[in-house]
Amino acid sequence: MNHLRIPGVLVVLAASVAVIGCGKKEEPKTAAPAAAPAAAAPAAKPEMVVKIGHVAPLTGPIAHLGKDNENGARLAVDDANAKKIEIDGKVIKFELLGEDDQADPKTGTVVAQKLVDAKVAGVVGHLNSGTTIPASAIYNQAGFPQISPSATNPKYTEQGFKTAFRVMANDIQQGSVIGVYAVKDMGAKKIAIIDDRTAYGQGLADEVEKAAKANGATIVAREFTNDKATDFKAILTKIKAKNPDVIFLGGMDAVGGPMLKQMKELGIKAKFTTGDGGCSPELIKLAGPASEGVICSQAGLPVDKLPNGQKFVADFTKKYGQIQIYSPYSYDAVMVLIDAMKRANSVDPAKYLPEVGKTAYDGVTGKIEFDEKGDIKNGAITVFEIKDGKLVTLKSEGGAMAAAAAPAPAAAAPAAAPAPAPTPEAKK
Amino acid sequence: MDTLLQQLINGLTLGAVYALVALGYTMVYGIIGLINFAHGEVVMIGTMVAFTVIVALAGSGMPPLVVLAIGLLVSVLVCMVLGWALERVAYRPLRHAPRLTPLITAIGMSIVLQNVAMIIWGRNYITFPPMIDKKIYEVGGASFTNVQVAIVTLAALVMLGLIYLVHRTRIGMAMRATAQNPHVASLMGVDINRVIAMAFIIGSALGAVAGCMVGSYYEIAHYQMGFMLGLKAFTAAVLGGIGNLAGAMAGGLLLGVIEALGAGYIGDLTGDFLGSHYQDIFAFIVLIIVLMFRPSGLFGERTGDRA
Repeated sequence: MNHLRIPGVLVVLAASVAVIGCGKKEEPKTAAPAAAPAAAAPAAKPEMVVKIGHVAPLTGPIAHLGKDNENGARLAVDDANAKKIEIDGKVIKFELLGEDDQADPKTGTVVAQKLVDAKVAGVVGHLNSGTTIPASAIYNQAGFPQISPSATNPKYTEQGFKTAFRVMANDIQQGSVIGVYAVKDMGAKKIAIIDDRTAYGQGLADEVEKAAKANGATIVAREFTNDKATDFKAILTKIKAKNPDVIFLGGMDAVGGPMLKQMKELGIKAKFTTGDGGCSPELIKLAGPASEGVICSQAGLPVDKLPNGQKFVADFTKKYGQIQIYSPYSYDAVMVLIDAMKRANSVDPAKYLPEVGKTAYDGVTGKIEFDEKGDIKNGAITVFEIKDGKLVTLKSEGGAMAAAAAPAPAAAAPAAAPAPAPTPEAKK
Repeated sequence: MDTLLQQLINGLTLGAVYALVALGYTMVYGIIGLINFAHGEVVMIGTMVAFTVIVALAGSGMPPLVVLAIGLLVSVLVCMVLGWALERVAYRPLRHAPRLTPLITAIGMSIVLQNVAMIIWGRNYITFPPMIDKKIYEVGGASFTNVQVAIVTLAALVMLGLIYLVHRTRIGMAMRATAQNPHVASLMGVDINRVIAMAFIIGSALGAVAGCMVGSYYEIAHYQMGFMLGLKAFTAAVLGGIGNLAGAMAGGLLLGVIEALGAGYIGDLTGDFLGSHYQDIFAFIVLIIVLMFRPSGLFGERTGDRA
């Protein structure tokens, strides 16, 4: 054991020599995650490594989404490193620590603690609401910012944590948009709702139910499944007997794909709708022709239509292939952290955390500003329809185009309104 | 009424698959008293292999049914080898170890197989190419597909074949003898190692068939799909009386039907107090009741502690 420790001591020594040797005015780097590589180029500016954590499920049924998120964050880190960003006189080398939470709340907290111990400067993640919410308490205690690119459950930012942010609209907004769309645009009178009993699926399904009821539709069935199931025939048969116009699924694409096929086999004619978790190319792949005519929503504007988005889509596709759902958001989440560090001129979480709240960043997903809770201001919801195996934009609500025009008046921001369902409806 | 019929059809298809997988558990348990927890993963590998073969041959211009048959055959062969290897590597060295030891190895093998599959086939869902043109039939308001018909028929044929094998052939006789008493059987000239290996090989072959069925029924495959399926099938085997072939079949079918009915009616029965997410407790309540009155399962014989 002893002989193992020596190299560690050497590295620390070398690192501190490097830091002291190069530091012109030694800032008190309280808990800064510095681990300068000993071999700094002689004439170059001092280099400093800043670790950013990223958490998403990399194994399990929605590992494809987790990998998508991580790739988005990785692209952001690569882009930032290519720019040789200087903070406080040092060239910063960002390093992404990618962790796997298996979409499991218990594992989520374990991994969160691991990142705290690794002294990361901030975290992008987690993917699921069910893992994000318990982990956020740990990050809050550690005092560094957490930006989730995809956790849409409202509870995440309602806990009063100064460290919790998200870069897409929450389920209250999304649920009411889908609920209203189903009733008003699709003319549904009877709606059946299925959820996968996760914080995300259940939360979104509840919001859809509220919005649909408020607009005069009846909920004829409320059924449940779980996020690992593949057989839905029993609940679908029950739903078929109730003869709904629209079926809504609060769940991920891995559940939606087989469900659509089984709906077809049972001869169910109802239109299928789902939220952002099912609004992916993967759903089309899994369901095949059965996915035609599906209506789904994503929290955000269609990325390829945004001024900054096209470059992202091109870069991402070249490097990692097709975008699933959230990679543009995890890209932006990393960029928001880095942007805040630049403005604070510090990588110390205690110093740059207040700057995260003051963010006004033109991201690939649009203009990013946070309200006092940490929700994105003026978060947008886009409704898609699957036509000929592609996601086609039907309409977008809310949101501000980056670089285009001034941001919409803050008063209209639905994110700031604590009132549930009917709020965005007034905007229609 | 048509809803009830539909639920019964749903349950029957699911049950046929459970029954085939349950047979794999029960055969091994009946002979060496080991619960082969890696069996669910063998089923998963079966699905994956069939998938790979079918995708590779899909563009070759062969008729779809031939491609499907080749896929099934290759997957059965691969799983037979896998079953044999599992027994050889993980269980034979522990034949005389305390009971708990092979159980732990079984769980270990299950994790190993899952991860190997993740490395080979990736962590994403795999879409099974639909080789059979799905036709939907409607009878009395309930609908089912030709795939479902094929699954139930094939499962019935395979089970009949197994019963013939166990009761009418020499190896079957050797298996029954080994199950009764391995020591005496070996004194009578039965090669125990061969018989036990055969139990694993046949069980894995059945698993591969079940895997292909699951693949073509749901048209998706995933490296973790074997776990839940294995657990359900194990439950079915216990329900029917583990170690008993007819029990595994009955248990599988029963479990499938109970699950479908449970999900379909539990809400109505309890006035929506319990929703369809409680469908699993329905199955397990039945299991508990059966075990309370018949501790060795529906068809289980009262045997002493064996092996």
